[in-house]
Amino acid sequence: MSEAFLSVEAVSKTFAPRLSLGERIAAALGAPPAKRPLQAVREVSLEIRRGETLGLVGESGCGKSTLGRMIAGIAAPSAGAVSLDGDPVMRGGRKATTRVQTVFQDPFASLDPRMKVGDAIAEGPVAHGLVAKPQARAYVAGWLDRCGLDPAMADRWPHQFSGGQRQRVAIARALAMQPDLLVCDEPVASLDVSIQAQILNLLMDLRRDLGLTCLFVSHDISIVRHVSDRVAVMYLGRIVELGPAASVLARPAHPYSLGLLESAPRLSLDGRSTFRPIPGDVPSPLAPPPGCAFAPRCSLAQDACRAAPPPLSEVAPERFSACLRADVLTGRPPGQASHMSGA
Amino acid sequence: MSAPSTPLALFWADFRENRVALAALAMVALIALAAIFAPLIAPQNPYDLATLSLMDARRPPGFVGSGGYVHLLGTDPQGRDLVSAILYGLRISIQIGVAAGAVALTLGATLGVAAAYLGGRLEALIMRAVDLQLSFPPILLALVLSALLGQGRLQLIAALVAAQYAYFARTAYGAASAERRKDYVEAALATPLSGRRVVFRHLLPNCAPPLIVVATVQIANAISLEATLSFLGLGLPVNEPSLGMLIANGFPYMMSGRSWISVYPGVALIVLIVAINLVGDQVRDQFNPRLRR
Repeated sequence: MSEAFLSVEAVSKTFAPRLSLGERIAAALGAPPAKRPLQAVREVSLEIRRGETLGLVGESGCGKSTLGRMIAGIAAPSAGAVSLDGDPVMRGGRKATTRVQTVFQDPFASLDPRMKVGDAIAEGPVAHGLVAKPQARAYVAGWLDRCGLDPAMADRWPHQFSGGQRQRVAIARALAMQPDLLVCDEPVASLDVSIQAQILNLLMDLRRDLGLTCLFVSHDISIVRHVSDRVAVMYLGRIVELGPAASVLARPAHPYSLGLLESAPRLSLDGRSTFRPIPGDVPSPLAPPPGCAFAPRCSLAQDACRAAPPPLSEVAPERFSACLRADVLTGRPPGQASHMSGA
Repeated sequence: MSAPSTPLALFWADFRENRVALAALAMVALIALAAIFAPLIAPQNPYDLATLSLMDARRPPGFVGSGGYVHLLGTDPQGRDLVSAILYGLRISIQIGVAAGAVALTLGATLGVAAAYLGGRLEALIMRAVDLQLSFPPILLALVLSALLGQGRLQLIAALVAAQYAYFARTAYGAASAERRKDYVEAALATPLSGRRVVFRHLLPNCAPPLIVVATVQIANAISLEATLSFLGLGLPVNEPSLGMLIANGFPYMMSGRSWISVYPGVALIVLIVAINLVGDQVRDQFNPRLRR
């Protein structure tokens, strides 16, 4: 498709187990492997369109952060390729572009404690010739100002900032590289709730003003609903549903998305909690079920679901679901999902 | 004065609060200054054989020798003034300790950080070699090496470096492999910044605290190792008496009422090593996040 700006093609990420010397000798002698490789992301294909914000949601351990890290050029895919405007994001195990930048989850870990924040922001742009060294101070001051910080704070150390301020510094550092795509990996998850909204609004304002394309990774559906144009829902290393945020979150076409929506705690005016957890547990990614990974927890599952993983297919215009029984779900508003209980 | 804000200023503010460590630091500084300016302070140049007289040998503290000045701490079996010999001995001990410590630090930190940053076969190779070496006592290695290399300052420094670099490598490796996994290193690599820049601007400065602690302790160890080797006659040539050799020179006279020849150089050595260790302890406590207020 021509509108793809960032494209992810059949990307997988496998983490090989670390074997001790004894285990390696045993394996060489033909013993059955004691540890299996962990497949965190399985053949995911995805595209992000120019100017849009794609939300990536899923439970912890579903592979959303790993996928985000591959798109950001931090982790090299085991198979498949990520490209931006046709150019690969990574080449030979190293990041090959400055056009993708990342805002990390924990601003207390993502800033070097022994570097003044102004130097941290200027470092990348100076190294890549985006700004000459004599102009770096003014350049940094400009980005601090845009991110809602006093430009005089450039001479301070990270420990002198609060969590919210640090995340603003981290955003300024990412944006000072003048990226086209900003990967936000749970950018507000480690912040106080009172600060979250400020940072989200800052990100949304900057995205609009700078014409950024965004990948927004989060486990929090209400945040993703707030910021995303489209959402992708991940479960056990695969994307199970993809589509415009408003319609996916109003009428999910995959039982897992529906379960995720209903298990999110909400307050309603009549004081009743609508919290309804998904029965069962996420299967181990070391030993995934042969068919649809959600089948063991799904009340709609049939024999066909357990045979082979269902492909992500278009169930309605712009709407993709990896569920063989998506037709049962589409057209049915959430909240009447009596089929989810039990299992 | 505004509140201290740079890490160094904060560090100094904490350091000042420990009186013992402050006194130890002052003692180290005093000894270092005395050693540096030994040619100006010492009444005699103990290397200049023309100024030595065997008539003055083994004289007790307070003796006025043929030079016409008081030997405050007495003289040794060659007729050297002990104050002068100790000052010059400290000079050699500190020179060799600091030089060996600095070279061992550079070599060990490079190997350790390279192993942690690059990983793979290089990591296994370097760290197994280091582990192997750590299983030998450093004195044994230094003894064998200085016996093989012969006498002289460079040979002695080489032997001390070989005995000590492994401690720096182990420490640097531990610190760097912990820092390597932190988000700020990932953020630097994701900018992307060159590997060299990530290592020198981000990884190394954050590995510095444990390395500084090990360096202070290892300089003290290098000084005592050097003294041991010289005591055993393996360190420096006889005409360049270090503290260890002065102690060895006086050793035969310990039981014959002339204990000052060994005792005063020994006291100088102990004071120096204890003072460096006290400073090192305070530095270690300050870098330990669990002891931080």
